[in-house]
Amino acid sequence: MQRHLLSVDDLTREDIERILGRAESFAEVSGREIKKVPTLRGRTVINLFYESSTRTSSSFELAAKRLSADLVNVKAQGSAVDKGESLKDTVQTLSAYDPAAIVIRTPHVGAAGLVARWSAAAVINAGDGKHEHPTQALLDLYALRRRAGSIEGLKVWIVGDVLHSRVARSNILAFSRMGCEVTVCGPPTLIPREVTTLGCDVRYSLDRLGEADVVYALRMQHERMAGSFVPSLREYAARYQIDGRRLGPQQLLMHPGPVNRGVELAAEVIDSPQALIIEQVESGVVVRMAVLYELLTGSREPGAAPALTADDAARPESAPSPDPAGSAA
Amino acid sequence: MTFAPPPLSGFLERADVEPLDALVRGAHALDPRSGLDRPADILIRAGEIAEVGQPGSIEAHDGAEPIAGEGLHALPAFVDPHVHLRTPGREDEEDIDSGTRAAAAGGYCAIVAMPNTDPVVDSAPVLRSLRERARAEARLPTGFAAAITRGQRGEELSEMAELADVGAILFTDDGGPVESGGVLRQALQYQRLAERTLSLHSEDPTLSGPGVMHEGAVSAALGLAGIPSISESTLIARDAAIARYEGGRIHVMHVSARESVEAIEQAKASGIAITAEVTPHHLCLTDEAVRSLDPAMFKMNPPLRASEDREALIEGLRSGALDAVATDHAPHSREEKEQPFELAPMGVTGLETAFAVLHTELVLPGVLDLGLLVERMTAGGEPFGLVVPRIAVGEPANVCLVDLAAEWEVGEAGYESRSTNSSFAGRRLTGRVRMTVADGAVAYRERSFAIGVA
Repeated sequence: MQRHLLSVDDLTREDIERILGRAESFAEVSGREIKKVPTLRGRTVINLFYESSTRTSSSFELAAKRLSADLVNVKAQGSAVDKGESLKDTVQTLSAYDPAAIVIRTPHVGAAGLVARWSAAAVINAGDGKHEHPTQALLDLYALRRRAGSIEGLKVWIVGDVLHSRVARSNILAFSRMGCEVTVCGPPTLIPREVTTLGCDVRYSLDRLGEADVVYALRMQHERMAGSFVPSLREYAARYQIDGRRLGPQQLLMHPGPVNRGVELAAEVIDSPQALIIEQVESGVVVRMAVLYELLTGSREPGAAPALTADDAARPESAPSPDPAGSAA
Repeated sequence: MTFAPPPLSGFLERADVEPLDALVRGAHALDPRSGLDRPADILIRAGEIAEVGQPGSIEAHDGAEPIAGEGLHALPAFVDPHVHLRTPGREDEEDIDSGTRAAAAGGYCAIVAMPNTDPVVDSAPVLRSLRERARAEARLPTGFAAAITRGQRGEELSEMAELADVGAILFTDDGGPVESGGVLRQALQYQRLAERTLSLHSEDPTLSGPGVMHEGAVSAALGLAGIPSISESTLIARDAAIARYEGGRIHVMHVSARESVEAIEQAKASGIAITAEVTPHHLCLTDEAVRSLDPAMFKMNPPLRASEDREALIEGLRSGALDAVATDHAPHSREEKEQPFELAPMGVTGLETAFAVLHTELVLPGVLDLGLLVERMTAGGEPFGLVVPRIAVGEPANVCLVDLAAEWEVGEAGYESRSTNSSFAGRRLTGRVRMTVADGAVAYRERSFAIGVA
């Protein structure tokens, strides 16, 4: 596994399997009353968020805390960024605190890669513009595997605004890498030219949605309407909304959130038993714990992580009890 | 009636120089226009080529500097009609001294600077002061373009006739297109009075939109907004149609797409007075390079396109559909380029690497003939009434001495330019300019040259 997680492309299938397995073991810890392990005690994780985010930032925060890391949250609003500090200067400043990891969310493609170049920390891309959101893809795989048992061979339809979606880009890569057949579907104005080179099929109507085992609906961003990518939300909903008529009883439904009720999803499917939406959110913490663990305690940095006494606690194969009390001490 | 621009070389400016007296001995002289492709001695007297003869056949006159040319090629020096010197306004990125040093080090003997400066070159006083500065600082003959429209806003024409009188070499709104067909038509009508070729950056902004790279498989993978090829080719076709209607002369800048080459071929076939240029980076790189997301090296407008576009550009250069190589040398400060791809400004430098890049990437693999490359690199002044350098008796000495076997790494010894945003930084190239003589005087001499050939 590479030193950073910038793109799903950085991960082999084995890497993904290992992260998902690690997340399973953290899920056991999360079931306990005291949910903390001492794995990252004494190490610092910086959450650097240039875009507002609820689930991604809070789940990274929880993940770091449950691994006993010291956590610093930096938001663009109210920080030196507001005063015009460049990304490079911000990163160099924060690097002075010797962070083990920097988690970064920005509105700009490739920004996480720049941070990786400018800092010695392991960098986790928590969303860089319309490019990628690899931990979202990992938690989606995790949630889906838990529900469906096996992912291999599933037919996944990703429906909606593919053009502007980093989730779509990371998930096309991730689902294909795990052996799924991926189809993207949406209005022609919101499907990137030559998207099939990413390894997916393209459809412009939901007529054959019945073929899908999994329907992954994307968030329709209201602000995109201004660019007249679709004539109206009404027409979009009529053609592409996943509702009770379109979603078959055997199909699973996923969505990265936050949902626009009545736009991409009808209320009845959001609350249906086929929906994994809440499980996806729940998966966020354990999967991000697993990613931090993989990047910060990997064997490629011998001696870099001295405080790993309860390391084994997190290993899936050697389940017995970590010492949660010890970590809290 | 299509006009032809008058001879304008007299409007080029440079700092005072001593005319060269020298005998270049034993270099391989290559100039397709003069039918020259053999070892020769070249005698330069008072800045003019006085004699070209068999090696050893020419006696140096008194005071003539002997220059050992053995192992080197003597080529007509290059002309670049598309350079950004960032002066006035952004002298931190480039100034006339550094930009012309970069050009001389790249083997150029004449360049034309673009008017998208701060202030824009759209009035006689700004143009006059630039020419004055060039008379103090320029290492080689340097011309200045003026804006087609005031402030390059695309609304009203600049005072084109007066600007022509005080020395504008050409008119352009480069940086962006003349979006309004009506304004372009007026400029082409006014061309009959101003007698200058219009250089056009052809891009339909309603098609390129917020794009930052070529629209295709790579933009789909990266999530970057794409600039479709048709944003260029459709505007070239429109511009050509307006030029035809008005009998005007236009030059298409930095052609990047296959469809654009086709549009230019069609325009030429129908007799329109249209010429076109292509850059070394579009000839040698594709959008695959953008996967690195390094804007200092790979963000420019028009963008690097797909490999079939690159093939079409090479073929266009070969066939003559594309008349000349121009660098679109566009220096940018380090802090502006050290930003995420979407935020960084467009543009890459090119003067110091143009010949070596094309020699390494196209001539050495056998894609392009060296003689043809020399023709295209020296042709950039022709559409504007500027000199076409030749190695022939009676011509002003515009000659560069090149070591075609020398290997070097781009940036290893820094740059003459004040900026470092080269698409080829760190790349190993074969072929190095050792000396440049521009309009009869030495403009560049590699520091270790004398030692190197001893």
